[in-house]
Amino acid sequence: MARYLTKRLMNMIPLLILATMIAFAIMQLAPGGPENMILAGEDASIDPSALVALREQWGLNDPIHVQYARWIGNVVKGDFGYSYFQRRPVVDIITEALPNTLQLSIVVLLLSYSIAIPIGIISAVKQYSWFDYTVTGVAFLGQAAPNYWVALLLIYYVAMKSGGTIPTNGITTQGINLETYGWISVLLDRLKYMLLPLSVMVFGSLTGLTRYMRSSMLEVLKEDYTRTARAKGLAEKVVIYKHALRNAILPIVTVSGYQLSTLVGGSVIIETIFSWPGIGRISFDAVNARDYMVSMAVLLMAGVLTLVGFLIVDIVYVMVDPRIKYD
Amino acid sequence: MAVPETNNPVEVKDRSLASQKDDSQLRAVGRRFLRNKAAVFGLSVLVLLYLVAIFAPYLAPFPLDFLDVTLRKLPPGTPGHLLGTDHLGRDVLSRIIWGSRISLSVGFISMFMSVGIGATWGAIAGYYGGSWVDIAMMRVAEAIDLIPVYFLLITVVSVFRPSIFNIMLIIGLTSWPSIAQLVRGQFLSLRERDYTQASRALGATDSRLIFRHILPNAAAPIIVASTLRIASGIMAESSLSFLGMGTQPPAVSWGQMVSLGRSFLRDTPWTAMYPGLAILITVLCFNFVGDGLRDALDPKMKR
Repeated sequence: MARYLTKRLMNMIPLLILATMIAFAIMQLAPGGPENMILAGEDASIDPSALVALREQWGLNDPIHVQYARWIGNVVKGDFGYSYFQRRPVVDIITEALPNTLQLSIVVLLLSYSIAIPIGIISAVKQYSWFDYTVTGVAFLGQAAPNYWVALLLIYYVAMKSGGTIPTNGITTQGINLETYGWISVLLDRLKYMLLPLSVMVFGSLTGLTRYMRSSMLEVLKEDYTRTARAKGLAEKVVIYKHALRNAILPIVTVSGYQLSTLVGGSVIIETIFSWPGIGRISFDAVNARDYMVSMAVLLMAGVLTLVGFLIVDIVYVMVDPRIKYD
Repeated sequence: MAVPETNNPVEVKDRSLASQKDDSQLRAVGRRFLRNKAAVFGLSVLVLLYLVAIFAPYLAPFPLDFLDVTLRKLPPGTPGHLLGTDHLGRDVLSRIIWGSRISLSVGFISMFMSVGIGATWGAIAGYYGGSWVDIAMMRVAEAIDLIPVYFLLITVVSVFRPSIFNIMLIIGLTSWPSIAQLVRGQFLSLRERDYTQASRALGATDSRLIFRHILPNAAAPIIVASTLRIASGIMAESSLSFLGMGTQPPAVSWGQMVSLGRSFLRDTPWTAMYPGLAILITVLCFNFVGDGLRDALDPKMKR
């Protein structure tokens, strides 16, 4: 196991380097560097020599491999660079946006798992019942519905009809703070703003998870050991919740490892629609503004977490299923 | 000893047997597919949608971008404007019909790109499995897969001008690694099968082994993945268009219509709702067909 882990970790590094190299190269191909974006925002009739000076100052005139080497050299030292556009360290931008994304994505993860697992189980146990048909039907619809469209439906039918009680923009009401209003008001205010983005995201991830849980449970119910448990004369409840469930729940819990990167990556579309100042939003803005350093930092973070997620899934599999061995 | 002389008759006989088997197998797959109501329903709706897209010039009540400023913001159900008009007085139904041309072709073209590259990539890597060729090729595929999809899409879109053709190309070019991984896995297992080994022993060339023996047996999962890939291609274009980085006016696509409708949600919600519904129906039908194909092609995989 230790040997396997070291091997896997050693494999991660070249992969990350390759992925960041590809992304770096594609980004640099984009016409118009960050200097154009900044100057266009400030003064269209800017002196062209100022552009040249900025490029030189930022090292954008160096060959691409030199720029990449400089970037990765700094990253190893813990320096993620400086945002051209916001004129402050990239680390500051990320640490500001990350809590906002996490606030949303952690709740989404917890909610969608705690809803999907029981629904999937019931659906499988009562296969071909009206409950099962409804669940499968809604899951199919949910997987086919574009998330931005679901968001618009909610904005129209819930937020607009609520007459402004349910906000569709931002993360908190201006001026609501812990000191004057107390934690209950702050919490309620936050929840109010989370309601719509949360609903869209939970619905989106719920549908896939429910189908997955259902099919996993159906498979286990067909297994020999389930039949054995029944043949022993165990109560149906014990068969399902003790024997079958333990086996059926493994794959669905382990796939959560694959979601580690989406947890911090946020959703570009949802964060854009609801003006949620998270990682998805800043990475979208960074790509548009050619803010290379911010883009690369987000990318690296997502890449590392994806790989770590895969690794965790592998380790958990070995721990929970003695039939699997890695050498 | 001269083997080639005895080699040929065996192969000819083998071929006739194989084609007979193909026929009955195809028929069995067809029968199983037709028994699946959701899949047949999905396929019928899709055929209808594609016919509408092809014959859009004859079917659309109004020409593309025809507008009548005296008939702005008409609600759905107005005579002559079944799905209403938008803030400029354009007929929503007509625009959905015109938009279907881009939305529906994006799926197919990006799928062909992604499966073409992915299958070739995975086939070569899988056939030479374990060698440095395989390792190098799969490392590249994994590295691209590591970059979040939307990040990759918007980055590449910002490099090229977001023309319709570029969008299709980009979606195809960014989504092949998972197909490559699927095909490689198939090849790794199929190249060890007895029939592949037997054919190799008879002196078959690499390309004959790949195209005649391995690829046809790997076809089922590739076909299923391709069907679902069409749906995800349509979804990707619509999301990009929603973010304003996809189809640009005067061209029209469903995602772009939803994006435009978003600005007028309070006044004319139908301009955003109906195109979104069109996306939902299309993707739903492709998913039905994909699931139906999976069950029909391999009854053992049925869930």
